[in-house]
Amino acid sequence: MENANLISLFIRSIFVDNMIFAFFLGMCSYLAVSKDVKTALGLGAAVTFVLLVTLPVNYLLQTKVLAADALIEGVDLSFLSFILFIAVIAGIVQLVEMIVERFSPSLYASLGIFLPLIAVNCAIMGASLFMQQRIGLDATDPKFIGSVTDALVYALGSGIGWLLAIVALAAVREKMAYSNVPPALRGLGITFIVVGLMAMSFMCFSGLNI
Amino acid sequence: MAALKNKDVFCGPLSLNNPVTVQVLGICSALAVTAQLVPALVMGLSVTIITALANVVISLLRKTVPNRIRIIVQLVVVASLVTIVSEVLKAFAYDVAMTLSVYIGLIITNCILMGRLEAFAMQNSPMQSLLDGIGNGLGYAKILVIVAFFRELLGSGKLLGYQVIPDCAYEAGYANNGLMLMPPMALIICACIIWYERAHNKDLQEK
Repeated sequence: MENANLISLFIRSIFVDNMIFAFFLGMCSYLAVSKDVKTALGLGAAVTFVLLVTLPVNYLLQTKVLAADALIEGVDLSFLSFILFIAVIAGIVQLVEMIVERFSPSLYASLGIFLPLIAVNCAIMGASLFMQQRIGLDATDPKFIGSVTDALVYALGSGIGWLLAIVALAAVREKMAYSNVPPALRGLGITFIVVGLMAMSFMCFSGLNI
Repeated sequence: MAALKNKDVFCGPLSLNNPVTVQVLGICSALAVTAQLVPALVMGLSVTIITALANVVISLLRKTVPNRIRIIVQLVVVASLVTIVSEVLKAFAYDVAMTLSVYIGLIITNCILMGRLEAFAMQNSPMQSLLDGIGNGLGYAKILVIVAFFRELLGSGKLLGYQVIPDCAYEAGYANNGLMLMPPMALIICACIIWYERAHNKDLQEK
């Protein structure tokens, strides 16, 4: 694909198809780990990293093994995609955890608790499933993913979009600690409303045409 | 743990220990599929079935699975069940399956499942796990249906696809609130449900 399209795919996956604000993916850890900016940044970086590794692998798996006629003529294995994708994700997360622990103990200490959680982060699985849908699209569609490079760019964009969202929310919540919220809304309730308002502001990107 | 009564195991998640509003599990899909009632119902039902079955299977396996690889085992069990449900939906309810699209697959990573498997099924008997699974699934479905009810009613003036708001109301100048169909409103309605629940039940309030 041409460079211009790659840039468009990248920008779209950050702002228009934002994992949090447009699809609510990875909401659970998003709400749980957004209490201060530093940990939020760590989790965001970890998610981006795991996305960058898993999406190309799942792309190859989808096109070379699972798609119709890919492995054996006349056999469509796509019904196996859920199991294979999740196995790849869980395996890679485990691997990444071991590598990080071996080579960068300080990074491991700061990411430690989040890494295993990422295996069940919907954003990772969701990105793989969206990619599976997009492979089937028409090649002229701006959302089309047709090569490993596209998959990488899509992974980077989605990851950065997620990182952006969680850091923004963490910043808002840090400030919110000083405000007077009605007791029944404290904690979860007001966080939902804040995310709702942020999602509304992100809706203005949906008209973006690159 | 044996002291837990079956009734509490089953009814807790429906109100005081609701998976979505109190345990904060499974929010991703709860918000995304609730623009209309039908997909919300199907989603709630699928999650209930999968949670119940996965809970039973993991509970049966809990003594044989080594601790280190339990997450992978859990994921594989859940992924197989989700694949079955997804194929069944594609065969018998194709339109709904298309509306739900990737969110069916995302049941695998739905935190309700992993949360209940880890927190409950790993320690309890299959029978209790079954009740816990059904209870949590229904608690999840309850929130989904409430959110979807308001979004469909206010957003498109329909319920279950049938028009409820009379034509004369539209002629008198009533308009559907298109924003209700957009993702942000799901969050805000969910926040209102939490607000309502916590205002009535002081124990749930956070400091």
